[in-house]
Amino acid sequence: MQSEFIMILPVLLGAMLGAAALVWWERRLLAFWQDRLGPNRLGPFGSLQIIADVVKLLTKDDWVPPFADRVVFTLAPLAIVAGMLMGFAVVPYGPGLHIIDLNVGLLFFLAMTSLAVYGVLLSGLASNNKYALLGGLRSAAQMVTYEVFMGLSLMGIVIQTGSFNLNDIVQAQEDMWFVVPQIVGFVIFLIAGIAETHRLPFDLPEAEHELTAGFHTEYSGMKFGLIMVGEYLAVILTSAIIVTLFFGGWLGPDFLPPIVWFSLKTAFFICFFILLRAALPRPRYDQLMSLGWKILLPLTLLNILITGAVLLAMEG
Amino acid sequence: MSEVAAVAPDHASSSAVRSLVGPDARQQTTVDDIETWWVPKQNLVDVMRRLKTDPDHRYEMLFDLSAIDERGRQHRAGQPDSQFTLFYHLMSFTNNKDLRIKVALDEQDFQAPSITSVWPAANWYEREAYDMFGMQFSNHPNLRRILTPPLWEGHPLRKEHPARATEMDPFKMTPEFQEAQQQELLFVPEEWGMSTGAKHTDFMFLNLGPNHPSVHGVFRIALQLDGEIVVEAVPDIGYHHRASEKMAERQTWHTYIPYTDRIDYLGGVMNNLPYVMNVERLAGIVVPDRAKVIRIMLAEFFRISSHLVFYGTFAQDVGQMSPVFYMFIDRERLLTIIEAITGGRMHPAWFRIGGVAQDLPEGWEIMVRDFLDYLPARLDHYGEMSLKNSILKQRTVGVGVYNTKEALEWGVTGAGLRATGLDWDLRKKRPYGGYDQFEFDIPTANNGDCYDRCVVRVEEIRQSLRIIRQCLDNMPAGPYKADHPQTTPPPKERTMHDIETLIQHFLNVSWGPVVPPGESSTMVEATKGLNSYYSVSDGGGMSYRTRIRTPSFPHLQMIPLISRGFMIADLIAIIASIDFVMADVDR
Repeated sequence: MQSEFIMILPVLLGAMLGAAALVWWERRLLAFWQDRLGPNRLGPFGSLQIIADVVKLLTKDDWVPPFADRVVFTLAPLAIVAGMLMGFAVVPYGPGLHIIDLNVGLLFFLAMTSLAVYGVLLSGLASNNKYALLGGLRSAAQMVTYEVFMGLSLMGIVIQTGSFNLNDIVQAQEDMWFVVPQIVGFVIFLIAGIAETHRLPFDLPEAEHELTAGFHTEYSGMKFGLIMVGEYLAVILTSAIIVTLFFGGWLGPDFLPPIVWFSLKTAFFICFFILLRAALPRPRYDQLMSLGWKILLPLTLLNILITGAVLLAMEG
Repeated sequence: MSEVAAVAPDHASSSAVRSLVGPDARQQTTVDDIETWWVPKQNLVDVMRRLKTDPDHRYEMLFDLSAIDERGRQHRAGQPDSQFTLFYHLMSFTNNKDLRIKVALDEQDFQAPSITSVWPAANWYEREAYDMFGMQFSNHPNLRRILTPPLWEGHPLRKEHPARATEMDPFKMTPEFQEAQQQELLFVPEEWGMSTGAKHTDFMFLNLGPNHPSVHGVFRIALQLDGEIVVEAVPDIGYHHRASEKMAERQTWHTYIPYTDRIDYLGGVMNNLPYVMNVERLAGIVVPDRAKVIRIMLAEFFRISSHLVFYGTFAQDVGQMSPVFYMFIDRERLLTIIEAITGGRMHPAWFRIGGVAQDLPEGWEIMVRDFLDYLPARLDHYGEMSLKNSILKQRTVGVGVYNTKEALEWGVTGAGLRATGLDWDLRKKRPYGGYDQFEFDIPTANNGDCYDRCVVRVEEIRQSLRIIRQCLDNMPAGPYKADHPQTTPPPKERTMHDIETLIQHFLNVSWGPVVPPGESSTMVEATKGLNSYYSVSDGGGMSYRTRIRTPSFPHLQMIPLISRGFMIADLIAIIASIDFVMADVDR
């Protein structure tokens, strides 16, 4: 186990700035796909919109509804952001560029993202609002369903690499990206990842058109801002993990440094997440559950079985 | 002209209907030639049931129900004495025929039997009549105010009720009144016909609206939920009520036109159409061909505009984010054409009694042709994006289903009716305003679910494009307005030469048209279903009573029936598929 504490500050800064930039980038990109302009007035290409938004959120009245559970209500957004930020600790950004080289890195990532889901659930319950409650319940149901095979979908990779260490997994893709042998695992992880980040088409806990704003109906000001930051962090983290696990992480031809390769690949998946949001409708919550339990879970188990069998056969 | 005659002309089916309405019934003629019978109120329910079920007549739908305050009316010769008259407009889809039943009421015995046992759709209509006039309906399941607030004083459509705030004392909110209002707002499930728990469950009550992103305006539904399953849904309307019918009684025939635009605010001049056609019928004005075709073209433009808004918001309400932007951009192009022609966008108020306000501008063909060439490809694209999307299908196929019989029973018209498989379009079945000259199809679907309602509307956009292209290719020359003294000022060059035309011009401009006494109703196939204006003229410069029958009103009443047992997400899809605007419900 090897720790690079010097990396904490740049990673933290990078993640937070990335999340802030995403607020602007997502709006511009959605606008581009929807034949609109998006924020384009403040600063170059409207990029200073981020600052305006943050100033607005920070100067808003920090209101906690009198009927809410004050402590949990305040802590829940923190749990969302903290969980996601912790996840960044195990991501390898380049050769030797990581905060901690954990031998159970993959499990740590899964654990931290699950922690963030508790934040969503608790914020829904603590609000003491019926829409928020329904949002919280949906998020709990979604978590139970998708956590199961989110982890399992990655087991194929673990079998192939023989390690939970994310650095080892990247190294193991020197010859071939895992997306090729583990295409099923990739698709399932992608779906579970979207569900985990609560993004359209799986934004059921929020589901603006049904539950007004779902679990964060009662949130305003910077608490709401934190929830949004948490969502964007989740998008970045999930994209980074997808890249690390399936697309060779920082590996790439020599003409660009590894960190640039890593960033480019991650940016690609971030844009993909935004494109999904622009393109797809939202399934109903029981449909999402039955997709998870009836199709994706058996597929995942089958994937593990086949991966194991093929590996055994090749070794034997 | 058409002063009500004491003895009606012989209709072919009069005698047949007479056997159903009973020997005590009296017939009345109206300008619109809809058979009208006065029925004693004690026979009402039996007569209605016979009319609905008689195999030769089958008046399946209660199209409209309201009342007239007759106490100040001068010209009603030949009609039975009545202080308040309830009228019931029935429609037979089998025979494509209408019937109007009237019931005389006296303030001393101010009640009538409820016909909710015959048509469940009568429920809201009778509540509205009670709310507006104050008569009781015996055996009504839930006779409460529907459009005005619970503590409203008086009944707005009675003639003694003030029409303007300046006619009333200044409003004061006393602490007691505020307390009473607050008490009224408390939610008591039993008052809404809901139970708090079953044997093994406690229900949750969710207040959806009046401010909710997906209720398309100010519309409230109280939900009784078992988890996310809707056990009972009770719609609550009236938040958008502006007393449009009352306003008609103090606006001249002409100045009321802009108010109609605001009934179905996505329908623009489509709302003007039934109103002006109705007044033209009352006044005996014949509209020139060019005006007819211009009217049809603009009405179809607004049908497209309204359907585009529906299409976009429908996709949005099932969670698809982008379509609404594309469709609003297309609508923007369309509104640019509307603006070039009329000068207005959403509420042009551009139709006039006897024609339209102006001739088409130079170069209108270019804009219209561009749009006709542009939209079909976009519609194909949207079909790929939304209608063929498997998630959207999963969300909407088999959700919110009703069949043709239920639709007729509940007063559903328009695309919601055609989605059940009945190819009933007023433009085909009773061509009005020149529609008989056009070729188009009636799109239908078979399942009557949310998805089908969307498919039908999308196909209607294409049919409207077809109609507009025919307008473009065959626009007749000639005047755009009838040369009728009631509607059109005399030509300017003549007013300078003889005093008569100058007088006529002065009277027209200062008083507005004076319409001969009579009653008439005119319906059109509006953007959301059948929209009808029933006007009573007492020979003055203003309407004595204007009844606006809007399609969205009965459509909303049906929500509980088609959403029980579904989930909240389905309810949102159902609401979206109905395609209503609250102004069209509350008026």
